[in-house]
Amino acid sequence: MSVRRGVEVSIAVAEAAGFCDVDVVAAYPITPQTHIVEHLASLVADGHLDAEFVPVESEHAAMSACCGSAAAGARTFTATSSQGLALMHEVLFIAAALRLPMVMVVANRALSGPINIWNDHSDIMTERDVGWIALFAENGQEATDLVPICHRISEDPRVQLPVMLNFDGFIVSHMIEPIEQLSKEEIKTFLPDFAPVQRLDIDNPFTMGPVGMPNVYTEAKMAGEHAIRASYEPIVEIFKDFGDKFGRYYNPVESYRTDGADIIFVMMGAITETAMTWVDAQRDAGTKVGIVRFRLWRPLPADDFKKAVAGAKVLAILDRHFSPGGPGGPVAQEVKYTLYGTDNAPKIVEVVVGLGGRDVFPEDFDDIYKRAEAVLNGAPVPPFELTQVRGGHYGKI
Amino acid sequence: MLELRFHGRGGQGAVTSAELLAQSAIAKGIYAQAFPSFGPERRGAPVVAFARISEQPIRNRTAVRHPNIVLVLDPSILRIVNTADGLPPDGIHIINTTKTIAELREEFGDKIGPNAVTLDANHIAQEEIGRKITNTTMLGALLRATNIVDKDILIEKLKERFGRIADGNIRSLNRAFEECCIEKKEG
Repeated sequence: MSVRRGVEVSIAVAEAAGFCDVDVVAAYPITPQTHIVEHLASLVADGHLDAEFVPVESEHAAMSACCGSAAAGARTFTATSSQGLALMHEVLFIAAALRLPMVMVVANRALSGPINIWNDHSDIMTERDVGWIALFAENGQEATDLVPICHRISEDPRVQLPVMLNFDGFIVSHMIEPIEQLSKEEIKTFLPDFAPVQRLDIDNPFTMGPVGMPNVYTEAKMAGEHAIRASYEPIVEIFKDFGDKFGRYYNPVESYRTDGADIIFVMMGAITETAMTWVDAQRDAGTKVGIVRFRLWRPLPADDFKKAVAGAKVLAILDRHFSPGGPGGPVAQEVKYTLYGTDNAPKIVEVVVGLGGRDVFPEDFDDIYKRAEAVLNGAPVPPFELTQVRGGHYGKI
Repeated sequence: MLELRFHGRGGQGAVTSAELLAQSAIAKGIYAQAFPSFGPERRGAPVVAFARISEQPIRNRTAVRHPNIVLVLDPSILRIVNTADGLPPDGIHIINTTKTIAELREEFGDKIGPNAVTLDANHIAQEEIGRKITNTTMLGALLRATNIVDKDILIEKLKERFGRIADGNIRSLNRAFEECCIEKKEG
């Protein structure tokens, strides 16, 4: 029976991982971390969770240990943030290429420098191409629910890929808020025991992770691409099963008050909640504006997104990271890719907000709306802009 | 929605008091959140924590800029931080101090909020808990100044949190409830 209580989101996420009965947690417990691995270490040490907690010497080692444990057929979990995720970088590709099911929670935080471990999406967005399934939660309830969902996706025989669960560092990870926590028994009805499709076994030896010569590398990459694209159907099915069981339905793309909206805001993560409050006020005043949010980021749910924004004339896209000297923020880039060449494609206003822990207040949406409205009224589409730059100007690039 | 800001020094439990308050509101069946200002955590340095309480789900995760209530856990903070920043005309400023409200107004001017509540939380905590950890004591004054959460639920949460050292904290909270001074406005 699920219990509603006020709890720090990181603790709730750790408990959810514990209720998923994970076998191995390998993690590096120093900043940038969250209470997730600290709490899991307590659960193991106090005998509440029968798992191997491996306190490794670095994040690189953490991900390497996770690869070993998943290859041996153990249900594997880890969590990291910021520089820690960056240090895992090269091993992340290997986890995906070896089709190793595991779940990693990333409390999204900035990369230095200047030295900064506050919230934005620069850690995860620089790991876009590692081949993992990636989801973004908006609040603590969703983050907690997605833990068993991610394990089930990852371990589904049709999927067999590592899954990254993102939620905003500090503004979600360190927040005490009401969460309805599913019990271990409830999770057991949703998440079957892990039955790996293949695992290292001394009685039936085979090679995992050999050299991929030029004559097979392309085929291996193609196989990986097929796998992650094909994961879409199982993901949707698993979301639905979760909703049918526990009453909370999740979709790859979420829409909020987009009926008849001329301008739609597009974003990911917790700032969507602030935006909802702002949109409610706008709608009350008669302004036709709504929000579309990606929950699933890899595989990119392009068709769902196209349906969600159909009819909008302008999209205002909010990124929490950008590519210096390049084409702006990642969400905007991918939306443009998705919509390029489609009929009646909306115009796109791109902004970068909330870098390195800068709060995004409701009035920040007023500024962005004004720029989108100008484009709606015929003004030329501006290049991407860094907003919230001190001094009151928009730091036009 | 009620928004609160807690000013203290690292180690005094400002975050814990915000947390206990939010947990009490959530236990009552309504919505709440609590969070620290995110920064390097250093014992003794000025720290800020926030809480929001509402009948509706809370969708704002930004720092509290216009608090309805400010709690100052450490008297020395008044000299270095404008803790009244953002308090509206009906806002309440709850201060741990040995001074009277009139003395505070004379010394700090508009850095004291429009409606002040004072108590010598250091003294109470020292006597009841044996340490000048004032977070739970300050909650007693908060309960007196407003009825945002039920005292019984808060005491229950305090017991869950502090276990066998809860008694001193509860005595301290109750004494603060009785002993705090609430400013009487003219007219």
